[in-house]
Amino acid sequence: MSVALEPTTARGSLAGSPRPGQPASSPRGTAKAAAALRKTPIGVWIAAALLAFLVIAAVVPSLLIRQDPFVIDPATAFTAPNAEHWFGTDQNGRDVFSRVVAGTGQSLLLGLAATAIGLVLGGLLGITAGVSGKWLDSAICRFVEILFAFPGLLLALIVIAVSGTGTVTAAIAVGVGTAPGYARMLRTQTLQVIASPYVETALSLGRSRSHILWRTIVPNVVRPLFVLATLGVGQAIVWASSLSFLGLGAQPPAAEWGAMLADGRNYIQLAWWIAAFPGIFITLAALTTTVVGRHLQQRLEAEV
Amino acid sequence: MSAAATTSHTGLPRTTATAGSAGRVILKRAAGSVFVLWAAVTLTFFVLRLTPGDPVTAILGGAGSSPSPETVAAVKAQYGLDQPVFVQYLDYLAGLATGNFGTSYIFKVPVLDILGPQILPTFQLAGLALVFAWAIALAFTLLTVGRGRVRDGIGRGIEVFFAALPPFWVGIMLALVFAVILGWFPVAGDDGFKSLVLPALALAIPLGGFIAQVTRSSFEEARAQPFVLSARARGLSDLAVRLGHALRHAILPGLTLSAWAVGSLISSAVVAEIIFARPGLGRSLVDAIINRDLPITLAVVVIIAAVYIVVNLLVDVLYRVIDPRITEKGATA
Repeated sequence: MSVALEPTTARGSLAGSPRPGQPASSPRGTAKAAAALRKTPIGVWIAAALLAFLVIAAVVPSLLIRQDPFVIDPATAFTAPNAEHWFGTDQNGRDVFSRVVAGTGQSLLLGLAATAIGLVLGGLLGITAGVSGKWLDSAICRFVEILFAFPGLLLALIVIAVSGTGTVTAAIAVGVGTAPGYARMLRTQTLQVIASPYVETALSLGRSRSHILWRTIVPNVVRPLFVLATLGVGQAIVWASSLSFLGLGAQPPAAEWGAMLADGRNYIQLAWWIAAFPGIFITLAALTTTVVGRHLQQRLEAEV
Repeated sequence: MSAAATTSHTGLPRTTATAGSAGRVILKRAAGSVFVLWAAVTLTFFVLRLTPGDPVTAILGGAGSSPSPETVAAVKAQYGLDQPVFVQYLDYLAGLATGNFGTSYIFKVPVLDILGPQILPTFQLAGLALVFAWAIALAFTLLTVGRGRVRDGIGRGIEVFFAALPPFWVGIMLALVFAVILGWFPVAGDDGFKSLVLPALALAIPLGGFIAQVTRSSFEEARAQPFVLSARARGLSDLAVRLGHALRHAILPGLTLSAWAVGSLISSAVVAEIIFARPGLGRSLVDAIINRDLPITLAVVVIIAAVYIVVNLLVDVLYRVIDPRITEKGATA
């Protein structure tokens, strides 16, 4: 993913902020937000609504679940989608819709946790490199370059090889796998913030180095992370469910989307719905977070 | 990951390199690649040592077996596990130099005997997937960019949708529709070109959507350039301008992206290999991870990293040949 974020440069200095080094929040924020809402394209609204549905399914699954997602009832196995079982039933007679809803929490949480781990690791490397002197900076850059030699899922698979299979290790693995990309982006971001006029202002006002680092540089580097995270969660969900699909992440009978898909694959000739619906939900999660994240990114860039 | 980051984000003015310095720069890049490869091998070697559990247990058939101390000692000596880790590491490096990847813990034969036959199927799969992905990306770019708001919007929407699709789900659905229901392609196996189409498509559709997003924006940029206007002024048809002028410029950023794509394809080929029951490196890797077969795990990682590094180097050199304006600063930043 080539996500190039524009820095939040020159905001503080342009606004003539009374507190140099801390870009002021706009007093016209609410009015501007309302105007931006009106300009939001319809596709983004649909994505946001679907995402809200997924979040509800994740937080209060009991609102949507129609049957216990784990109770086995061989008598109703392989029922095709109908009015009672919207997504049909699986080989054990479990309601696929309820299982997909029940799996939303775990799948979204896995994606969120992996993204958070990736951002923290990437942030530690990238921001440290950005604010450090030449020697440490080039050492970290070299290290990240070495990590880039393991493309795609490979870095995550190495982590799994060492730490074993499971949901927690899958989250860590995907987090580590995405960290080099974040490290590179955040280093660039940090360098841009450092070169910005408001850091210069803070320096000339005689602020201490640690004050500038923690009160000026870090907040300005971290603010766009929210958008970066939204964009990253979708990818992380796809990766984490890939690991579960391969039998390296969440294990059956867990109602995790990737694990459900792996399960349903064995019955694809008999009952397509067991594998189809979890996949649709993975796609939905990835798609909605991408669309919403992109929109937020554009807003952020337009704001600068 | 960040294909865009490899071009330039320094914003520094670029100077034209002379032919002599270009040669030096390529040599330097090659040396850098060798360093990264060595570092990647070293890192993987020591990180995999952190794996909990005694390798001897894995070699002697799992936790259930209770081998005599003599057997354990014999196995340790046979696999060099009685040596200090650093000596094992040097032995491994020396072995790599002669193409020896060690002996599998599970299969008790040289690693290369097992992986050798797996390499070609994975490369064939990744290669065809890359071709398909580019076909998808170019079709979208040529058919929808600058052809009115509706078509443009549809193209954009489908690209984002494709890019969000999980490859393993696409694979299962393709198998369902084109193999099970329609019977056009075999459901599984490795039997010529026909059995390669569906797994390659499964990997290519998400990747194609992603590449299309990049070529779309560079195609749009290229169409706004003065040379496109002058080509039109010379009376060239719309199609000729699209193919001959705009497309050429739109493809360049895609080249860097392709190097990244090859790496990501080879390492994610595993899902397609498992769905379509194909032999391949990815499948061997996942099996080795589950069985705790360290030598095979290490070897697959080293092979994939090596291929990825070489492809990156080649693309870098190719880029310099096509566009000599790129200098050391821009390329490595």
